[in-house]
Amino acid sequence: MSHTAKSRLGWIIVTAVVLIYSLFPVAAIFATSFKTPGDLGNQTFWPTSWTWENYEMIFVGDAQGLFLSALRNSIGITLIATFIAVVLATLCAYAIARLNFPGKRLILGGALAVSIFPVISVVTPLFNLWRTIGLYDTWLGLIIPYLSLTLPISIWTLSAFFRQIPWDLEQAAQVDGATQWQAFRKAIVPLAAPGVFTTAILAFFIAWNDFVYGISLTSTEAARPVPAALAFFTGASQFEEPTGAISAAAIVVTIPVVVLVLLFQRRIVSGLTQGAVKG
Amino acid sequence: MTATADNVPAEQRSRRDRREVQAVKSDRAKDEARLGWLLAGPAFVIMLAVTAYPIAQAVFDSLFSYRLTAPDERSFIFLDNYILLFSDWVFWSAFLVTLFITVVTVAIELVLGFALAMVMHRALKRIRGPLRTAILVPYAIITVVAAFAWYFMFDINSGFINKWFSWVPGISAELDWFANTGTALTVIMAAEIWKTTPFIALLLLAGLAQVPDELLEAARVDGATRWQLLRRVIIPNMKAAIMVAVLFRALDAFRIFDSVFIMTYGDAGTEVLALLAYRQSISRLEIGLGSAVSVVLFACVLLMCFIAVKMFKVDLASGTDTGGAQGGGEK
Repeated sequence: MSHTAKSRLGWIIVTAVVLIYSLFPVAAIFATSFKTPGDLGNQTFWPTSWTWENYEMIFVGDAQGLFLSALRNSIGITLIATFIAVVLATLCAYAIARLNFPGKRLILGGALAVSIFPVISVVTPLFNLWRTIGLYDTWLGLIIPYLSLTLPISIWTLSAFFRQIPWDLEQAAQVDGATQWQAFRKAIVPLAAPGVFTTAILAFFIAWNDFVYGISLTSTEAARPVPAALAFFTGASQFEEPTGAISAAAIVVTIPVVVLVLLFQRRIVSGLTQGAVKG
Repeated sequence: MTATADNVPAEQRSRRDRREVQAVKSDRAKDEARLGWLLAGPAFVIMLAVTAYPIAQAVFDSLFSYRLTAPDERSFIFLDNYILLFSDWVFWSAFLVTLFITVVTVAIELVLGFALAMVMHRALKRIRGPLRTAILVPYAIITVVAAFAWYFMFDINSGFINKWFSWVPGISAELDWFANTGTALTVIMAAEIWKTTPFIALLLLAGLAQVPDELLEAARVDGATRWQLLRRVIIPNMKAAIMVAVLFRALDAFRIFDSVFIMTYGDAGTEVLALLAYRQSISRLEIGLGSAVSVVLFACVLLMCFIAVKMFKVDLASGTDTGGAQGGGEK
């Protein structure tokens, strides 16, 4: 391919369009989060004067109680649900990739069926059951349903990853005098770790994103995660929209997502496409 | 696999020996099956427990007149909830709006996603990374956050869209996008399309990578135009990827909830099925009727899957199944 000045210009334009497409709404809410109350009404993109006011409100001000507890809940619940899902899915995917047993297709098919399940269809019975057995508005009450969101994609992605591992290496290492455990640790773990790690990121995104379970199965600061809490933000007065505070909170919960994307974009893409279509 | 490797010399042994080998083999197979289920079982059981049980309960509850505020008055009314639903315009409106959103967003996403995939496929190595990073942001951002971002952009008080586009006929400072159905749905769908197009683009990108280069080269030598290349070579060769992407997105779009909840809460004729179910059961505590809506939503999703698999022959498990066969053979 020859790179004339014209095609180069074309690519610069295309890249700019894609960047604007992807980042424009994020930039808009970012700019909004730094606006003063006066600026919020004047319909401009950028603030006329930048202020930390909105961030102060959610971290040390009036909205602190609502936001900080929600942030703690979101982080705790999401990390625990991700961890459990990845551990269980690793065992499951290992079995699917390495062992021959009846029911493999049933498990993969079941995971697929669960992943297309409308969350709203199961939330009513869970709401009812959780109230009866005392899981309503608790961390565990969200962690369990989050597993139904994170397990299917974890199982599919990891199965695809594990199939590509040359498991013969393990035997080769054993022939070379390594013990079974050494062979597994030195030959297999380094190959499997990236897949497990990628799966953890995808599972984290999904759990972090949940809204339906969050608003339906919680009622107080005890367990309500950030996306649900955002919907319950109220302004300083009844007549004031909490636009600034919501924008600031939205930016705070977007930071981990952006950091993960920046650091691991290549892995995330390979994980996503492997789970769905074998690429 | 060692078990099959043992089989070959076993053939030449005496019958008694062979029987012994078989016994060992079946023992081993049994052990393997046990270990397999031991490892895979917990994940499988949890998935089923959190979905299969509640959906069964929802089907059961939908046959009752059951309000949580008056649990003692629960009574079996068989299909009355469904009859009530199907004879109510509120339900049909929600159904049609959901269907409309699904069809429009998936169609636009497919075209946009294809364009994005082509851009990434043909981009130089150097800019491919930044492009992928950029489009992963909408994919990974929280749906509620995306909904708020779009809401604030169009909001009559804080939004800048009215001011920026006041030169467009029909847009003025007084336009309240969320006050009527057409404009409200436009913003809701724009937010959905923005957030989920990257996912389709990535799936299509994986499909594009599978189109054999020789085929493209041959077509080019034969003097095919770009449009012919696309129509005759590229699209037919990535049909499977397109179908899977469309089905997954359609199923996802049909369950739309977050954006509508945040932007309009179903006002201005934007009620969707999932929100209707939520309002009946969680807000009004009408468990019976809410469950009926949930079951209908679930049935719709199942129907879409069925149509895709039977009529369009989408093989959802293809990737893993062929992978499984290969993996099994290699071992």
